[in-house]
Amino acid sequence: MAKRGVLGLYQDANYAAEAGDALQEVGLTNEDYDFLTGAPYPEGAFGERETTHHLYVFPFIGALCGLTAGILLTSMTQMAYPLVTGGKPILSLPPMAIVTYEGTMLGAILFTVLGILFESRLPSTGSGLYDDRITDGYIGVLVNCEEEMVGKVEQALTQAGAVDVKREETK
Amino acid sequence: MQEGRSLTDREINRGLLNSLLENRLRYWGLVLVLAIIVLGAMGAAGYMFNRGIGVTGLNRPVMWGFFITNFVFWIGISHAGVMLSAILRLSKAEWRRPATRAAEVLTVFSLMTAMLMPLIHAGRPWRVFYWVFPYDVARGVYPNVRSALIWDPSAVFTYLVSSILFVYVALLPDLAVVRDQSEPGSIRRKVYSVACLGWRGNPRQWKLQVIAGILLSALILPVFVSVHSIVSFDFSMVLAVKSWHSTIFPPYFVIGAVHSGVAAVVITLALLRWGFGWQDYIRAEHFDALGRLLIVVATGWFFFFVIEFLFGLYGLEGDEIAVKSFLTSQAPWNWLFLTFVGTTYFIPVGMWLFKGIRRNAFWMVVACISVNIGMWLERFLIIVPGLAQKQTFSQVWYTYAPSPVEITIICGTFALVAMLMLLFAKVVPLIPIYDIKEGEILKTEIQIGRRTVPAVIRED
Repeated sequence: MAKRGVLGLYQDANYAAEAGDALQEVGLTNEDYDFLTGAPYPEGAFGERETTHHLYVFPFIGALCGLTAGILLTSMTQMAYPLVTGGKPILSLPPMAIVTYEGTMLGAILFTVLGILFESRLPSTGSGLYDDRITDGYIGVLVNCEEEMVGKVEQALTQAGAVDVKREETK
Repeated sequence: MQEGRSLTDREINRGLLNSLLENRLRYWGLVLVLAIIVLGAMGAAGYMFNRGIGVTGLNRPVMWGFFITNFVFWIGISHAGVMLSAILRLSKAEWRRPATRAAEVLTVFSLMTAMLMPLIHAGRPWRVFYWVFPYDVARGVYPNVRSALIWDPSAVFTYLVSSILFVYVALLPDLAVVRDQSEPGSIRRKVYSVACLGWRGNPRQWKLQVIAGILLSALILPVFVSVHSIVSFDFSMVLAVKSWHSTIFPPYFVIGAVHSGVAAVVITLALLRWGFGWQDYIRAEHFDALGRLLIVVATGWFFFFVIEFLFGLYGLEGDEIAVKSFLTSQAPWNWLFLTFVGTTYFIPVGMWLFKGIRRNAFWMVVACISVNIGMWLERFLIIVPGLAQKQTFSQVWYTYAPSPVEITIICGTFALVAMLMLLFAKVVPLIPIYDIKEGEILKTEIQIGRRTVPAVIRED
């Protein structure tokens, strides 16, 4: 069955939260709708679904890659030009540690940023309903429902105090 | 965030996007003046590349002068940004909100400027790449990772990349605001749509944005500490210059960097407040908090300064004592030394002890300019006297005086950072819009009798 998006816009956060409750009353679950806001509200403020993610894995993978790259870079460049200076060993560990440390941290940070984008589902191609007023303080309740539910959803959103309700043209 | 009036999201957007959306003559006039100074510095650098570093005041034994002083200075300034932003984010300090973005952007531009200095100092900048990057496969000559001069670029490069990513991730929601405020179909809207990566502001994105701020802060703080420690290794690993060869240098450099950097953030915030009329966002309470923080940082710095000075004397090494004697008894070094200690600690801290001064943007700027004059002199007085002091059996008694070429280039770096900050303010809001909005959402008030008061106990 084809699904269609419906967006209700609210000026007041309380009405937006009530819209979530109203949608549950018409038979939707919190998997079927999302809240779009211009600022971060405390988690669970709208009764939205709990967000799970694996962001904390990314820095560890990145750190491991950076550590490996750092060790390879420092050891291979020293081995490639094995000139003994000051009677010190060719593979001198203390200076290797510094470049390796920086490589490790760089890897961890690069992978963390990649992880943030991946877990945030960014970049997004821009499909789906949206309204510019959301960053002006309005709260959007974006519903993804079956075609035959659209009418009920629009009614529920309007009754909850939506100032505007938009329907996705085609899906 | 307990002072100031409540603002709606629309007012916040309008207030903080005025730097992007309004064209003011004085803004472009200032950019033009700064661009002329930068062009002058570029001309001086070009002249130096053409004629050789003989046009500078550098000569044996003082081969490091204004350029390296300025390099360490700008690296120091860069420390404030991320340190301030990261620590305040991790500790969830409420007053961080208007300060973080400007501090982070200042980090990026001052780091870029700092990286220019060794390139200019080398006299033949293109040759630097041979000994920094491991790419010369044909000749089999690679960077010597046992040299402190290779550790330095690796640390600074890591810090620069991290800082840019840190700024960019936190910018995504605000880029979406600019997208939404732009005319449909306009080029600006298209550019910001791409730049914000299609940000929509759902709970998942906001949750990860908040976690990103904390996680990246936690990752970037160790890098921040390592960078200035490694910059200090450029000096402390040198065996031949006794006054540099000190184990106290890494923490001394780090705390000095924080001191000058936080002071630079105060100057930046005050200029933004005046320039863009952001009195509703950058308020007296923010200067007050930064002033208190600076007292602590300055006193920490002063402790390390005294320890470094005493260690030098306590070791009874002839060269070290000679440098201290040089600094305290021979003009003009003794005057510079007194100016450095006074402007870095006694004058500004004396001012910050007064609440009225801490809450006054003008006097805070005066005190923070004083700190940065002092911190620039500190680096100069570490570098030049140590090298200028005549060595045993040496016939070279030369000291150092900067040439007009060096002075022009140094002035150009200050203009460059200011110009880049101004131009960046034309592209993104230098106060994080979403952070200010979050502060408004979390602001709670309680009613006691007829009065409504903030639900936070204030400590003053």
